[in-house]
Amino acid sequence: MKLLKLVPDDTNIKFLKWRVPFFAVSLLLIAASWALVLTKGLNYGVDFAGGLEVRATFTQSAEAPVGELREKIATLGYGDPVVQRFGEDNQVSIRVRLPDDVSADKEAAQAAANTIVETLQGEYDDFRLDGNDNVSGKVSGEFRQTALYALLAAMAAIALYIWIRFEWQFGVGALFALFHDVSLTLGMFALFQMEFSLQIIAAILAIIGYSLNDTIVVYDRIRENLKKFRKMPLPELLDLSVNETLARTVMTSLTLLIALIPLLFFGPASLFGMVAGITLGLFVGTYSSIYMAAPFLVWLGVTSDSFVPTESVADEQEKKARGLV
Amino acid sequence: MLDFPTWRKAWLWLVTALCCLAALPSLLSATSIRWPDALPDPMVNLGLDLAGGSHILLEADSSQVAAQRLENMEENVRNTMRRAEPRIRIGDVSTRGGRLSFVLDDPSEIDRARELLLPSINGTGLVREWNLTVEDGNRMILTPTQEGTDQAVSDAMESATEVVRKRIDELGTREPTIIRQGDTRIVVQVPGLQDPDQLKALLGQTAKLEFKLVDQQALQSDVQQGLAPPGSEIFPYAETSDFVGSSVAVRRLGGIRGDNLTGAQQSFDPQTNEPVVNIQFDSDGGFRFAKLTSENVGKPFAIILDGKVLSAPNINEPIRGGTAQISGGFSVDTANQLAISLRSGALPVDLAVIEERTVGPDLGADSIRQGMVAMAIGSLLVVLLMIVTYGRFGVYATVALVFNVLMLLGVMAFLNTTLTLPGIAGFVLTIGAAVDANVLINERIREERKRGRRVVAAVENGYKEASRAIYDANITNFIAGVLLFLFGSGPVRGFAVVLVIGLFTSVFTAVTLTRMWVADWLRKAKPKDIVL
Repeated sequence: MKLLKLVPDDTNIKFLKWRVPFFAVSLLLIAASWALVLTKGLNYGVDFAGGLEVRATFTQSAEAPVGELREKIATLGYGDPVVQRFGEDNQVSIRVRLPDDVSADKEAAQAAANTIVETLQGEYDDFRLDGNDNVSGKVSGEFRQTALYALLAAMAAIALYIWIRFEWQFGVGALFALFHDVSLTLGMFALFQMEFSLQIIAAILAIIGYSLNDTIVVYDRIRENLKKFRKMPLPELLDLSVNETLARTVMTSLTLLIALIPLLFFGPASLFGMVAGITLGLFVGTYSSIYMAAPFLVWLGVTSDSFVPTESVADEQEKKARGLV
Repeated sequence: MLDFPTWRKAWLWLVTALCCLAALPSLLSATSIRWPDALPDPMVNLGLDLAGGSHILLEADSSQVAAQRLENMEENVRNTMRRAEPRIRIGDVSTRGGRLSFVLDDPSEIDRARELLLPSINGTGLVREWNLTVEDGNRMILTPTQEGTDQAVSDAMESATEVVRKRIDELGTREPTIIRQGDTRIVVQVPGLQDPDQLKALLGQTAKLEFKLVDQQALQSDVQQGLAPPGSEIFPYAETSDFVGSSVAVRRLGGIRGDNLTGAQQSFDPQTNEPVVNIQFDSDGGFRFAKLTSENVGKPFAIILDGKVLSAPNINEPIRGGTAQISGGFSVDTANQLAISLRSGALPVDLAVIEERTVGPDLGADSIRQGMVAMAIGSLLVVLLMIVTYGRFGVYATVALVFNVLMLLGVMAFLNTTLTLPGIAGFVLTIGAAVDANVLINERIREERKRGRRVVAAVENGYKEASRAIYDANITNFIAGVLLFLFGSGPVRGFAVVLVIGLFTSVFTAVTLTRMWVADWLRKAKPKDIVL
């Protein structure tokens, strides 16, 4: 039986040759992402913005009357609602914001939910309430804070681990690659204005995990080759390591991708944003392990001495061991 | 490396079998086959986003507890000084600025007053509850200590949780989860509830019932403007009352609270057929109610619920039977709700719903079905790709993947964790990522063969060299997962749980189990070459 080979044997692609232009492009993309996040902003769902989200199905209709709903709810006096198709054509999610200070009127969210649902139930016979989320400004503020802490803590802890397991240059490289992944994912969410919820934070943490997976595999091979080929120039050695692990990188990204894509198309609508985020992150993460994490090692001056003590150090140690110093 | 003694193999198979067995009850629950009752049945719980139900986060207003404490202290000080033998006269009582201050008419009484107040200051618990200072020789100032207030808030939350539990039980809800969270919060989770409105209305009702004498001296014009005479306070009429929009002035002290009740039922007024609530006092409450009514025959008293006057009837005759009837424009539903609230006791502090998430049961069932379909297609694709790429080694990876899914489910059931909607995404990710270990190992074996190593050496080296990266990668993923679990809430936690447990099961199945199978095959078949 002839087995499939996605990547031919002994590839010798000069990845690192283009490291400066690619790195410049990456920096540009990071800057663009943050510019988008700051100017367009993230489309916060109720988790982070507070307010009310009602999900409903129009069981007898082929298509939900989105435009009509928007007008009707706007007349109820809760500001401009966000009405979106959600999953099937006849399913919608309706979002309204509430005044930040819910403690002043703690029943505000409750009252708004009741008014909207009752109005729609009266207007449409086939309105089926699938659920609602109701988050006060206080709780959403806490969610924003913990989400930020979780991301920062995860990045810091992982960078620290890599530093301990490898060398500080590797830790910095990995951290920068992670920053790149997180930035670009946020940028995508700002660009497409996809709803940004707690689930997306989970998605980003998953991306961090898998992007690191790649980075570690490449780093592990670099470490191995550094010990093996002590005289090889670093860019060449990095290219060799990336090429040697290329088959694995392609294969793993592909298995993750083909596992995720059915979930994207056939999975529950409420998971779409999260799975889309992870899928995007998969590409970004794979790219960053090759073009962000590896070149950093050249610039930060990793040498084989980082893992094998130099002769003078070895001599020193031997002297100590013999009690000569 | 490839040497597996029999005891080790037996041990690995035992762990695998046990974990897979633990998954059986959860799997069977989706079919009509019943798991025998006699056997233990570890189950994976379905999160509210899959099973349908309501998650409600309640927060208490802790400043109320402090205010109530101050009011109790004021009443306590007045009573203590009045009952002292001989009576200690005090004046200029003030509770401004969160502290209680008063002036002794006779400064020489100061030591006796201090002596009398000592038990209340020290409190009953381990912490000192109040600080006492004296100014100008005759003004005593009582300031609540932080520890005392914290203790009071904690006690209030404890009994509030108990009250919430009683009220939910009264509704007959099955398997509610009621947990205190942080200093001032309570999480209520009720699966499968179709109509959370009733529950929320019930939890939102403090049900603080008070009977206070109406201050007849107060000028009506002042009262309507919100100006209370000294010693009185003003309450508005409830929305359901006929007098809604106007207010009543009542004497601040000397009333009765409705916390000494033994029962409360919804009923109908025999004359008007209006829904009412009948209440029964306990002996202490009954005695005080009889005393209040017999001392004030002919005068009106206000029935106040949660700061709103329900009605202010005249006391026609002393009420001695220890029962009373409350009317106030109720519907049957609201009367019933009030009866439940009164029966379960008043909440010691107001609770507000600050987060609510409700999912209809239909949607949850749809999500599970769609998730399963997606997972099946995804797994099939992964398996196909693994087999066409790695042949025999792909088959090993596939079998390991099946065990991985079963073990993951089994461990989740054994630990009694909850599967949420993001948890389904976690399952799919685990399936996609678990084979990464096999990919790493198999690619490595390919390389080693290419470098000309013999079969056994290549496989041995493949496992050894790949393990390092596998463990490092899994540990970093573990760090991300644990942080997600610590910082995440509800459904997102469910995702973290699946990811973290999945890391352990996938390393076990994809590395340890496949190594055992490969070793077995190498020993038995002794292949000269491997197709990879």
